[in-house]
Amino acid sequence: MGEFEQLYRELILDHYKSPHNHGLLDPADARAEGQNPLCGDEVALTVRLGEGGVIEDVGFEGRGCAISQAATSMLTDLVKGRPAVEVAAMPKEELLAELGIPLTPVRLKCAILGLGVLKLALHKAAGTPLPEEWGTSARDLVLD
Amino acid sequence: MAVTAHPKLDAHRVRADFPIFEQRFHGKSLAFLDSAASSQKPRQMLDAMNEFYETSYANVHRGVYALAERATEGLELAREKARALLNAPSAREVIFVRNATEGLNLVAYAWGLWNLGPGDLVVVTELEHHSNFVPWQYVAKRTGAGFRMIPLDENGELRVDELDAIARDGAVKVVATGVVSNSLGTINPVERLSAWAHEHGAIMVADAAQAAPHKAVDVQALGCDFLAVSAHKMCGPSGVGVLWGKAELLEAMEPFLTGGHMIRAVGVDETTWGELPHKFEAGTAPMAEAVGFGAAIDYLTAIGFDAIEQYEHELAAYALDRLAELPWVTSYGPPADRRAGIVSFNVDGVHPHDVAQVLDFEGVAIRAGHHCCQPLMRKLGVAATNRASFYVYTIPEEIDRLVDGLHKVRKAFG
Repeated sequence: MGEFEQLYRELILDHYKSPHNHGLLDPADARAEGQNPLCGDEVALTVRLGEGGVIEDVGFEGRGCAISQAATSMLTDLVKGRPAVEVAAMPKEELLAELGIPLTPVRLKCAILGLGVLKLALHKAAGTPLPEEWGTSARDLVLD
Repeated sequence: MAVTAHPKLDAHRVRADFPIFEQRFHGKSLAFLDSAASSQKPRQMLDAMNEFYETSYANVHRGVYALAERATEGLELAREKARALLNAPSAREVIFVRNATEGLNLVAYAWGLWNLGPGDLVVVTELEHHSNFVPWQYVAKRTGAGFRMIPLDENGELRVDELDAIARDGAVKVVATGVVSNSLGTINPVERLSAWAHEHGAIMVADAAQAAPHKAVDVQALGCDFLAVSAHKMCGPSGVGVLWGKAELLEAMEPFLTGGHMIRAVGVDETTWGELPHKFEAGTAPMAEAVGFGAAIDYLTAIGFDAIEQYEHELAAYALDRLAELPWVTSYGPPADRRAGIVSFNVDGVHPHDVAQVLDFEGVAIRAGHHCCQPLMRKLGVAATNRASFYVYTIPEEIDRLVDGLHKVRKAFG
């Protein structure tokens, strides 16, 4: 398999071309935005919570590279139906395993942008601080 | 008719001087189309730095022993080469700095902070690299001065017809512009802006980081008051650049960085400053880097700046023609004859990061991003662009490989 096929595997391209859970929810119980200023990736994300703090629905919009948008789309599938507190503490390795592609340090930031924005949304809604590794802004996420 | 014949640049021969091209990336030879970010290095420059370390290295200006004198001579010879490069009247006006960014900050802090106030205006351009934009915006805020941009037309060229409207907003004290845009390759009318700045009693600050690698830069012909260059974009090492400034302005200015070497006498109550250029060169100079810069200047001068400029126009024209074959590619900026060897473009519906990634797999290195020009990206209505940039070692085959790679991009994402 060539390097292109390893990185842009079919699943990634499918999510990029036809993202799941696309479009912001209104009303929503949690929301946040984030950017990766280096390459101009942007993600805005909304969450609706159900019984017992379970993530009932997620919707996102964004623009950016295939990795950032496909990873966010796959993330939304991954977290629906799970408790918000669990997702707020989800290690990034879980998403990266789902992506299953080799990532350089620069592309890693593209891949985890959506996860960072989701965590920010959940922590903001719960009134808990975002873990330090995700930055210090309480308003939006900026991966630098 | 008398024709001045310039020796033509032989890029294949030049390329053989650059060891980086002996490597392979992703199993392919390197098509390096990112020279506007930083150029590759010829063996002649690398050897000169190595020889300085091996035979002439000691701290400059202070030692009385022979080796220190040899090191000082090496540094001062490099200064003279930089003076000649810029056609500066005196080597006293040539200050070694870390890079063009530091040189521009020097002017913003050591001139701007002391000479700007409410009612004054700092005028930059919409094309500006952040290095000649952010320091002025910051100093304008701190001093209460106004901050204005000369807007661009649809070709990415400065709208000089807007100048008089800008001047009605306040007392123009600083005009700051790049000589060549790092994003679009636009060659700006610096002579005209200098004349306008001086009519208003303003200083003219030119960022030549992107111009000096590609064409002869003559500070006297440009008519500017300050001009900054970085060595690393013109075959020299990273970590050194030059700020040139008019002696009368530099002499009247406060220092920027203080400490060792830049003083005349230090007392508990007061310290007095050294003569030019030392007043602005606190601490140990980037000695070997300056020597390397001198060797890079020699290298480029031997090729000839007229030949370099001509060759880059040819490459830019070839690249724009080849990109025009692709209806799903949008190119930005002026026609080839009014730009340096830089081409910015986007592929319909594909983010520049993905374009650059696919090209990398083909051994083609381009830059994707905002190129430190966020105001310009906003004007173009894009978050980022792809940028291919050329230099003395670029061969047309590399542009062909870029176009072949773009077909692959289109196939994968289209």
